[in-house]
Amino acid sequence: MTIHYPHDPGAEAAMIAAIVVSATVGDVLIASAMRTIGDLDHIKAERGLGGAILAVLVNLRFLFGVIFLTISFFSLLYALSRANLSLIAPASASLTFVTNAVAAKFFLHENVDRRRWIAAALVCAGVAFMTA
Amino acid sequence: MLAILLLEPFSDHYTGGPRLMTKSTMTLRRWFILGIVAVTAPLGDTLLSFGMEEVGPVSIHHLATLFHAFRIPEVLIGIALLIAFFGSYLASLSWADLTFVLPATSIGNVIVALLARFWKHEHISPMRWVGIVLITAAVGFIARGPSYTEMPKPHDAVEAQAQ
Repeated sequence: MTIHYPHDPGAEAAMIAAIVVSATVGDVLIASAMRTIGDLDHIKAERGLGGAILAVLVNLRFLFGVIFLTISFFSLLYALSRANLSLIAPASASLTFVTNAVAAKFFLHENVDRRRWIAAALVCAGVAFMTA
Repeated sequence: MLAILLLEPFSDHYTGGPRLMTKSTMTLRRWFILGIVAVTAPLGDTLLSFGMEEVGPVSIHHLATLFHAFRIPEVLIGIALLIAFFGSYLASLSWADLTFVLPATSIGNVIVALLARFWKHEHISPMRWVGIVLITAAVGFIARGPSYTEMPKPHDAVEAQAQ
């Protein structure tokens, strides 16, 4: 059975924005945390698996990142209960690729060259096509 | 306290000065870990979806019903796969850029679609084939480039400014 939800562009845009923003903030905080912690392969070699896990779990940026990813997950669940999957899933998944690239450039200072912009755009379009 | 946490995090990554350099930090083992990231996330989601279909709709007033899900093998395997995904995702972010890891691991969507086509004999529409081609092209494109932006150490920036 297909459920048709009432079309409310403003509410749909707000829900998609909530998912995309919280997912991007979460990903950037976690990437930032992992950069600060350093190469986990080296930490594991020095302190063992327990030491590597502990190094991650005591990092505040990591914990904040997990909180934002959790918010994103529950925003997605909420949005799926109010709007069609065929709109929410492709829009949020593909937009997150682009916002992550922008955030990584400005907040993580990653060298996002033309190659990476093109790859982000291709994945964004590809995800939209696959889930549409 | 919260303001410091939100504003300070990114200050130690880059202190200005020397131009940022990208380099390849990838080894065969690290490509394998990226492969785990790519495959475990969509497979874990799919197994959870299968498992939750067996549980049926869960009312907000009867959340305890969710505990029944832990008796379903698909749900348990799905959770194990998602734990493996998160561990390997964290490991990959410690030696590769976010803008490298995300496109490189999107090939997982393609793998799941191809499994659905050739294993479960599901129909894949022309639109989905276009999506598969675009994602595969993106992964091939990003994989040929550098994987990690090397950040200058604080003393490098001071030296660069002195020059």
